[in-house]
Amino acid sequence: MQLRARLRQRIRAFFQARKVLEVETPILSIAGTTDLYIDSMVTHAGLEQDVTLYLQTSPEFAMKRLLAAGSGAIYQLAKVFRYAEYGRQHHPEFTMLEWYRPGFDHRQLMDEVDALVRELLRDRLSLQPTLKWTYRQAWQQTLNIDPFTAAPDELQAYALQQGIETVGDMEDKDAWLQLIMNYCIEPALPRETPVFIYDYPASQAALAKVRQEPNPVAERFELYINGMELANGFHELTDANEQRQRFAEDNKKRRRAGKRQIPMDEKLLGALNSLPDCAGVALGFDRVMMLAGGKDNIQAVLSFEST
Amino acid sequence: MASYSTNEFRSGLKIMMDGYPCSIIENEFVKPGKGQAFNRVKIRNLKTGRVLEKTFKSGETVEAADVVDTDMQYLYSDGEAWHFMHPESFEQFTADETTLGDARKWLKEQDTVVVTLWDSVPIAITPPNHVVLTIVETDPGVRGDTSGGGGKPATCDTGAVVRVPLFIDIGEQIKVDTRTGEYVGRVKD
Repeated sequence: MQLRARLRQRIRAFFQARKVLEVETPILSIAGTTDLYIDSMVTHAGLEQDVTLYLQTSPEFAMKRLLAAGSGAIYQLAKVFRYAEYGRQHHPEFTMLEWYRPGFDHRQLMDEVDALVRELLRDRLSLQPTLKWTYRQAWQQTLNIDPFTAAPDELQAYALQQGIETVGDMEDKDAWLQLIMNYCIEPALPRETPVFIYDYPASQAALAKVRQEPNPVAERFELYINGMELANGFHELTDANEQRQRFAEDNKKRRRAGKRQIPMDEKLLGALNSLPDCAGVALGFDRVMMLAGGKDNIQAVLSFEST
Repeated sequence: MASYSTNEFRSGLKIMMDGYPCSIIENEFVKPGKGQAFNRVKIRNLKTGRVLEKTFKSGETVEAADVVDTDMQYLYSDGEAWHFMHPESFEQFTADETTLGDARKWLKEQDTVVVTLWDSVPIAITPPNHVVLTIVETDPGVRGDTSGGGGKPATCDTGAVVRVPLFIDIGEQIKVDTRTGEYVGRVKD
């Protein structure tokens, strides 16, 4: 508890010195994330027609509306909720540190994330110099596979050769990429070293800008320390039409997967064209706690278990 | 047919995998920040005892295995089949040598054992953690040596061979841990 309080103080001091404003936004919303792989918890508040409300899975949409309204750089320590995410590194309710930097691209934001994480862990881990690899480099250096050109059946053959036996339908190339990333690359990343992986395949763009190249890449990054994912950042998409298409595509995928349709956040879409060019990142605060406290289970850093 | 979603996975849950009833030993939820979540699961094939690792896409469902562990009394063996009886229904079940496996050498008539039934057919027998057996053959006891150091092999009435201290004699009763196959102590009437 003391460590948690100390780290929160350091976060506040870090952003105060950098003139980033602390904000608070609603946890409940009439819209949720359409992401196929993130399910919101739902509730009712007895409002008109007892409308379904979604608990935030990240404060992203509300914070982008603040940015569009001219807030400037902002951060938030928010409680977020994700349905059925429960494991050594996952808990259905957790604390997320999210911040946005107008005028930054994802590379500049990576430097700031690095500075903050080093500040938080300075008396806990002796971190090696930071590494920055593109998604492609990470694959080539670790496994000698090119993730952009490898066909799904090559990835499948590789997984099988590594003794990964899967059950059920795995027709999607991204699922194979994520599986191999998780089983083969993450554990092989250097220890005690912040490793940024950036420029993801466009198919894994989520809310990031896509850069048109022979192999289009999403301007998105992840930070890993000791093989554990700590943060996910975007050079944010500011095109409302493209965002609407991505949300609609998500909902189509959800329908095919037999999942509930999620109403798009129209207020976000309405604001997105006014969103300044910016980069944003979400950092799992409890995972930083795990590193700082030398724990390998998220339960060990929470005040109470939820079950 | 009942089924389980990966969200319900926990150790001890019985599921069907590749046509065999299996028990989940360990379940780990893994997920990248953006993208597909997986359940990395260690399962034991209840028929062969083999342990395997499988990866499920989270949200998949899998058929439940109709497997129940039941306390039963071991009645007797006719050499080919081993007979067990449910203490309340008095229903009798038989298991063959393969199903018995290692449990065979710990079975004493009238003892209560755990019979694992799959679709009402025994697929595994688990003896009690401790059994009391009578020594039927061993080298003569060395009186005065109660240190237990060294030891010697002794054959028991069930056929099991257990390493016992030097002072143990034929006709004596000993307590054995069936999980390790080790001598625990001497039993005096």
